[in-house]
Amino acid sequence: MKALILGATKGIGRALARQIAARGDSLFLLGRDLEDLERSARDLEVRGAKGTVGVARCDLADPAGFVKALDAADRALASFDTVIVTAGLFATQDKLEADASFTASLLHANFTATILFCEEARKRLLARGGGTLVVFSSVAGERGRKPVILYGASKAGLSAYLEGLDHKFRAQGLKTVCVKPGFVKTSMTEGLPPPPFAGEADDVARIALHAIDRGTPVVYAPRIWALVMQVIRLMPRFVMRRVGF
Amino acid sequence: MPGRELRSEDLRELTRDVPISRGLGRSYGDASLPPPSRPIAANTTLANRFLSFDPETLTVRAEAGLSLVGLHAVLLPRGYFVKVSPGTQFVTLGGAVAADIHGKNHHVAGCFGAHVKSVTLRVADGRIVTCSRESESDLFRATIGGMGLTGHILEVEFGMQRVSSPWILQESEQIPNIDAFLEALDAAARDWPCTMGWIDCLARGRSMGRGILIRGRWATAAEAAGRPFPKPRLRPTVPFEMPELVLSWPTVRLFNEGLYRQHIPRVRRGVVHPHAFWYPLDEIKDWNLLYGRRGLTQYQCVIPRAAGSRGVRAFLEVLTARGGASFLAVIKDCGAEGLGLLSFPMPGTSIALDIAIRDDTQALVDALNGRVLAEGGRVYLAKDNFTRAEHFRLMEPRLAEWQRIRRAWDPDLKLRSAQSVRVLGDPA
Repeated sequence: MKALILGATKGIGRALARQIAARGDSLFLLGRDLEDLERSARDLEVRGAKGTVGVARCDLADPAGFVKALDAADRALASFDTVIVTAGLFATQDKLEADASFTASLLHANFTATILFCEEARKRLLARGGGTLVVFSSVAGERGRKPVILYGASKAGLSAYLEGLDHKFRAQGLKTVCVKPGFVKTSMTEGLPPPPFAGEADDVARIALHAIDRGTPVVYAPRIWALVMQVIRLMPRFVMRRVGF
Repeated sequence: MPGRELRSEDLRELTRDVPISRGLGRSYGDASLPPPSRPIAANTTLANRFLSFDPETLTVRAEAGLSLVGLHAVLLPRGYFVKVSPGTQFVTLGGAVAADIHGKNHHVAGCFGAHVKSVTLRVADGRIVTCSRESESDLFRATIGGMGLTGHILEVEFGMQRVSSPWILQESEQIPNIDAFLEALDAAARDWPCTMGWIDCLARGRSMGRGILIRGRWATAAEAAGRPFPKPRLRPTVPFEMPELVLSWPTVRLFNEGLYRQHIPRVRRGVVHPHAFWYPLDEIKDWNLLYGRRGLTQYQCVIPRAAGSRGVRAFLEVLTARGGASFLAVIKDCGAEGLGLLSFPMPGTSIALDIAIRDDTQALVDALNGRVLAEGGRVYLAKDNFTRAEHFRLMEPRLAEWQRIRRAWDPDLKLRSAQSVRVLGDPA
């Protein structure tokens, strides 16, 4: 595997990059902070990544830089075959309701910019006969829910986009994997009370990697969230209106 | 943890304005707890990246939150192990430096600090400083064993060792009493890199201090031939807090008797799993729940060599006179004192006890400390929860110099812990 990861310095992205490195695959890292990326690159090299782990600056807030970042990754990996996006923004519903400007940033990063990034990556993968595009969406996008209205909406749009891609391009060799984590205990959710079935980054990464290897279009992690979301999807609106989640 | 614990991958950001950092929270007392007036601590465990590994010089540099579990998961399969390991691998590098941990090989390898090349700290005024034997050496000596009070430990550079196989050749021997135990430890230290023993603290009179001596070394490739890389072992879990009855005098009496008697023949030898040898405590998850609601504390002291077996016997007598205060003790001979100014070990006999918390625990620790003071020994802060400031001051002639260096870097004592308030008299 020759994988490019956007968001590998923290949380689930870090855990996933380490598991990929441990099996001796090649990696290239994209992110906002070059110094931080370099530190993660050295970490992944010690953990077994093949050769030198390259890095380049790429910020979801700045889609104009995507082409350059993907070019750098393509050069370093001699054509990547897997693109993984774990980056994204998060804030609680309360915080977003109180801060319209951050809401705009979050909606832009999680939806518009992520999709623009995927479009650029997908074109490159298709041009070389296919590959795997892995994007971390969220169970928050499964249904409109009170605690995650805005964040959930951005992820709902993203999930819909990924499903469409998968339908259209799988026959041409592009496998799209949409990972939908439930609540995972990472620095992103630090300070929030963990609900039942809260997961660990390492477990989510293991499930995601298995799905990447098999090209599974949609995967929930931890797996119990597939069941939880099934129940939530089946709930009538009048029930959803009354419950707190 | 009482108060709030902040977690982030970014230690530099995280440690900007907190009184203390903490790792995996395995120090038994209040060492990693924040002072009562500022109940907030930086948890370092997400800052766990390797920054470099040089197989030529066997040197690792890593962020302070990397644990020995994480380190060995990557490097033991390639044949590398830390030079000094404590009895649990759930310790971060930051914690290993702060407590200047020691292990079964102290008599030959010294403490973890002996193998640390440099430490990068966020000191009290916010600056990031790297210290070593050559540069800012006072800060370095005060940081090794300094319980995280000289600065937030951000990065650690340290030496590893190459091991001949990932397996351990272990010998264990049944020892009838304390005098025989001290002699056997002494004899074993001459030929073995790793030695320690378990003592039955309920045995009194002629069999006081009886137990099992363990000596070991890395198995050679030939001895380990045919064995695959040791798999992580299944860890049984203690599911909930047990009633205090579970670890009461009669049950433990029976357990200790069994442990001692089943050791047949008197000397056993064989190749064992490295976890069974290094990390017996990690074999049962949440074992502390065995101690019930009120939990346990640990107590570890060193009785100087000069006090001889008489000093050790006198200590054990204080303990066994209170039958059942502690059930098992770990005994180990310590080698030379390290460079850390507050580092615990000194040449002598170290005794570590698990003590179930009861109404009289403070009185017990006071009595044990009285004995340790009389012999010129000292206690291990990483395990301490009850030592009084006046006792600690008397035990530590090095304290004044340590405080001088600490105050030079932190005149307002911004870095404090619940323990430093209790034992060093810092403002709450």
